[in-house]
Amino acid sequence: MKLVACVKTTPDTTATIKVENGKPAWGEAPLVINPWDEYAVEAALQLKEANGGTVTAISVGGEEGKIALKHALAMGADDALLISDPALASVDPQAIARILAAVIQKIGGVDLACFGRQAIDDDSGTTAAQAARLMGWAALTLVSVIKVDGGSLRVERAIEEGRQIVTAKMPAVISLVKDIGEPRYPSFMGIRRASKVEIPIWSLAQIGVSAPAAVVETVALADAPVREVVCEMVTGGNPQEIAEKLADKIIGEKLL
Amino acid sequence: MNTLVYIDHFKGEVVPASWEAVGVGKTLGKVTGLAIGSNLENLTRSAFEYGVDEMLVAEDPALTDYRAELFASTLKMAFTSHNVDVLLFPTTSRGRELAAMAAIDLNTGLLVDVVALEANAEKLVVTRPIYSGKVMAKVTSSVKPQIITLRGRAFPKPVAQPGKSGTVTKMPAGTGALTVVEGYSTAEGAASLTDANVIVSGGRGMAENSALQAPAGMDAKQSEVWRAKAGFVMLKELADVLGGAVGASRAAVDAGYVPYAMQVGQTGKLVSPNVYLAMGISGAIQHLAGMRSSKLIVAINKDPDAPIFKLARYGVVGDLHQMVPALTAAFKKRLAK
Repeated sequence: MKLVACVKTTPDTTATIKVENGKPAWGEAPLVINPWDEYAVEAALQLKEANGGTVTAISVGGEEGKIALKHALAMGADDALLISDPALASVDPQAIARILAAVIQKIGGVDLACFGRQAIDDDSGTTAAQAARLMGWAALTLVSVIKVDGGSLRVERAIEEGRQIVTAKMPAVISLVKDIGEPRYPSFMGIRRASKVEIPIWSLAQIGVSAPAAVVETVALADAPVREVVCEMVTGGNPQEIAEKLADKIIGEKLL
Repeated sequence: MNTLVYIDHFKGEVVPASWEAVGVGKTLGKVTGLAIGSNLENLTRSAFEYGVDEMLVAEDPALTDYRAELFASTLKMAFTSHNVDVLLFPTTSRGRELAAMAAIDLNTGLLVDVVALEANAEKLVVTRPIYSGKVMAKVTSSVKPQIITLRGRAFPKPVAQPGKSGTVTKMPAGTGALTVVEGYSTAEGAASLTDANVIVSGGRGMAENSALQAPAGMDAKQSEVWRAKAGFVMLKELADVLGGAVGASRAAVDAGYVPYAMQVGQTGKLVSPNVYLAMGISGAIQHLAGMRSSKLIVAINKDPDAPIFKLARYGVVGDLHQMVPALTAAFKKRLAK
């Protein structure tokens, strides 16, 4: 199987994000592979182990994209590819989907492209479906279980109401949720290998696309509103007494 | 502005956020509802009662199960035959995916998981949380129709007006299916957290019940999980009394107490219930990111310095294993009518 895992570099989940000079800033917090994308790499590696093949990690963006790619390599991806171009400075998430679709097709012969369900910075969660639509491939999003059967896939999708069991022919696009299994830790050998690999960088011209015009425009960013609450500690002689008081207070808010 | 609202449903059961989207559409102008599926009579009737002016209905046995490509192409026919300024979807797994595909089909901009919107010179400028709500982004798209998905519970649900009706236009099913649906299974704990009015969530503290003796033969880890599971049964009883759902922190999921479907937080579900009861949850930033928009937060924790108390309106410093049953009894007494 020729597998691709699309990854992105984001600030760590524990980062405190503040808006500074109109842009999100995270101080000294480390940049990491988007946590959801680790599941995409994990799924691709599992499929490679079960069915043979190769895993290529791809990222679109600036130099920082190498952080996610190196992590994917350290986990066990065979190779990595960074799409970087000055023209990418002002693109929106939809443009990234267009570029990824173009790269996957340029690579050629890909059976399955794996994505995380969403990136924890932009929170759009639409790239996998959009890339699939652009390529005319089946979109299997929110996948929790995968089985490969010849040229077909049988997956379970984690939807709000439970699991939807779906089959599709490859090539296909999947996005992964956590149930696929804990992403493996990079091995010592993997980290050493990743640190030595020179990641190839492709420009948009090399893929044969121009930067898609941005259709979404950011008007302003603001810090999340501070929650003006003072916590009232409910106390009493015993749990029953506290519970009675607390229940009255909660009912008094008229939100139940 | 003319709006097309995608009425999302599962087996004919409408996701409430669809009606919220109808309500938003009504504030902008004329609303055309679009429903895709089979056996949609009840849905169509409800749509008019919630304020839809006109319904487009694609009803076909082939549309019984949601399938992305088939639904997207049906949707494409609807918006090519109807000139609209705005396409609204509820932010559900289906709504998000169809909106994403529609944006490609129409080559227009997509604004996902919106929590507020304003009309500005024939264009909508919307607010959407990014970085799990740590930052609010005001964004707009330059090409019409604007495609927007609305976060559930961020907008009021309109009041239904029984007996209202309107014109129904039937549509054929689209083409281009690439998937086959074999069936469904119910994921454990999948009760829809995102729609819940009340959520009772448990954290690491669920296992810390020394009064509970695990069966003989279990090692330390097994008895920890056993105690925690008993604790979550207790939370379920409280949630049932309040008509709510049970959630969990990432720590509780990672420790194997409950399945991932129940996780609230940055890498779990984003929820905004009216009332959020946090039991034995310290309040890691990644958990707070998933529930900070709850209207009322109540926390019970044995650590008086737990960060969760900074977001809570009411707090109790104490043993949740004693407090939860007492609270269940107190609510039972007050709410049983």
